[in-house]
Parts: sequence; structure tokens; C-alpha cells
Amino acid sequence: MVKTDMYEGMLAETVMIPGHQGDYINAYFARPLGAGPFPGMVVIHHMPGWDEWYREATRKFAYHGYAALSPNLYFRAGHGTPEDVAVKVRAEGGVADDQAVGDMGGALAYLQALPYVNGKIGVFGTCSGGRHAYLAACRLPGFTAVIDCWGGHVVMAPEELSPKRPVAPLDYTANLSCPLLGLFGAEDQHPSPEQVARHEEELQKHGKTYEFYMYPDAGHGFFYYHRPNYRQEQAVDGWQKIFAFLDQHLGSPA
Amino acid sequence: MCTMIAEQIKLEGSGKSAAGWFSLRQAYVSYDHPFHAPLEHALNIDFVNEAQGLGARVSVELDAAAARSLAETILSVLAQAEAGGHLPQ
Repeated sequence: MVKTDMYEGMLAETVMIPGHQGDYINAYFARPLGAGPFPGMVVIHHMPGWDEWYREATRKFAYHGYAALSPNLYFRAGHGTPEDVAVKVRAEGGVADDQAVGDMGGALAYLQALPYVNGKIGVFGTCSGGRHAYLAACRLPGFTAVIDCWGGHVVMAPEELSPKRPVAPLDYTANLSCPLLGLFGAEDQHPSPEQVARHEEELQKHGKTYEFYMYPDAGHGFFYYHRPNYRQEQAVDGWQKIFAFLDQHLGSPA
Repeated sequence: MCTMIAEQIKLEGSGKSAAGWFSLRQAYVSYDHPFHAPLEHALNIDFVNEAQGLGARVSVELDAAAARSLAETILSVLAQAEAGGHLPQ
């Protein structure tokens, strides 16, 4: 918690990290200044890209005391404005799950190696990033907590599976290795409340630790203040729940 | 959540972006999150020239009704042109 009489500083910059299969990708890294030790956060961007909102979210985690690293999952599509790059990836049907998991594993390893990170590292994502975050927490050992905000296609029908997405994230639930916080909108159809209930059923079946919140009068992406789906009250409460969850599972930041 | 519904086609034509006219070589058609239209999902058409970089792009984001109306209008206009003998043989 920042107090008015304390020193506060932050470093935020782009860095290069090894990602999937050792490919170097860029990432946006924001961390509090100081010796730490700080808990870490891997921050996974949404389908609209590695954009300004995600840089803000990454700095928000740093403001709250986390060394926060947001890998550019669209690095291989080329460079331009975040929107130009996201258009290309959208046309390609998104990135492959294995590649995204490899890149998130690279981000996790980068944070684990830092002397001022305490080894407790969470992963957060919204939209496709929420789905990716869940995949990471199921497929990679090493995360201490995961936050999935309205990640759709966690529950997938067989006809939705594809070479890029060959396994529904739901089917990895037995391997979920850390507590999960899920935030969803009751008016969202991707995921629908029924799909969220199916996910919850699977978590219970495997005895996983989780907290799910279904916000009324909210649809998809209700944190995004620049989009019409923004819901102020639900977004404020959602961020409070995120930091309470992280405080509980990663410990109070320095 | 992203639908991942997208197709790509090759085409020939010209488009005008903020930087001026350029040659079009591909179009991406998707029904997914738009960037500007106040919709969760939209019919998005991105006319691009991949050889000129990711910024060589002219885009529209339409609701489903507008997209259908546009598609029907394009076909109607082409049918009129064909009936009038204006299309190349």
C-alpha cells in the first residue's frame, strides 16, 4: 500500500526474453524500484493486442508492488501499431496454444531468475489472455496464483478444436497447479454463465482451490474503460478482488 | 472472447489510407472483436498489402445487418453492371 510519506518509484521498459522454443520476443516490464524482494506477475494481453491498456495494467501491478512482465504473444506476426499487429493475428485465427504456453513459460523463467523477485509469481489475463493464463497455470509448474478474467473457449465443443487449439483448457483442469480467481460478466456469451458453471464443476471435481465471481449487468471486457462494455462499479470491485486474492496467495508486496 | 472466425482472400485493387492510395493484395474478413465500433463482435474487413507492412491497411467494422446489406448491395450492383455489359468478358 502506497503511503503519502514513503518513497515510491517504478521502472517500466521493454525487454527481450526467451520465449517458446528459445525464440526471443519482447515484453513490457514494470517493477517497483528497490531491492525487494517483490512477488512477480506475468500479464497476458488480450486479442486486441499488446496494447496501451496492457501497459497500463502492467504498471498497475507494479504500483501495487509486483514485478510485472507482459510478454508480446504476437511478436512473431511482425511490428507496427498494436492494432495493426492484432489485425494480422486475428486474420490468422490467433496464436497457437503451444506457442503461447512456451512464451508464458519464458516470462515465468525470466522473473524466477531475478534476484529481487521472491519466487512467488502469479499470472493474469483477460479475454484470450484469461484463457492463456489458465492454460499456463495448468501446463506449467511454477505459478503461485492465476487470474482468469472472462477467458472464453476454456470450455470447447469438439468441433471448436483446431490444430492451434487441439485441447480444451478445461481438459487440463486436473493439472491446475495453483489457486484460481475468475471474474466473469453475467451477460457475456464468451464465456456464457453456463460455460463458467461447467468450468466450476470441473474444478470441484478435481478439488481445486478457486474463487469465481459472476457480475450482474456486465458483459465481456467490463474492465476496459475505452469500450462500451465498461462497467465502473464492477471493474472497481474486480480490481479489489484481484489484489485481495494476490495478497492472500502471493503475500503482501514490500 | 474472441471468436477466431476469420478468413483471408487474395485480391487486386486499391485502397486509400491516411498515407494515401496503395495497392491492395489481400483482405481479411473476420467476425470478432472490433477496435473501434461499439460492439463486442463485428464483421471486420481489413484490406491490406502484406508486402508493404502491417500499416498498409484500410479497415471497416460493421454490425451484422450492415455487413449483410453491404454484401447484398455489392452483388446487386455487380449484377446490374453485368446485365449492362459493363463487366470484362
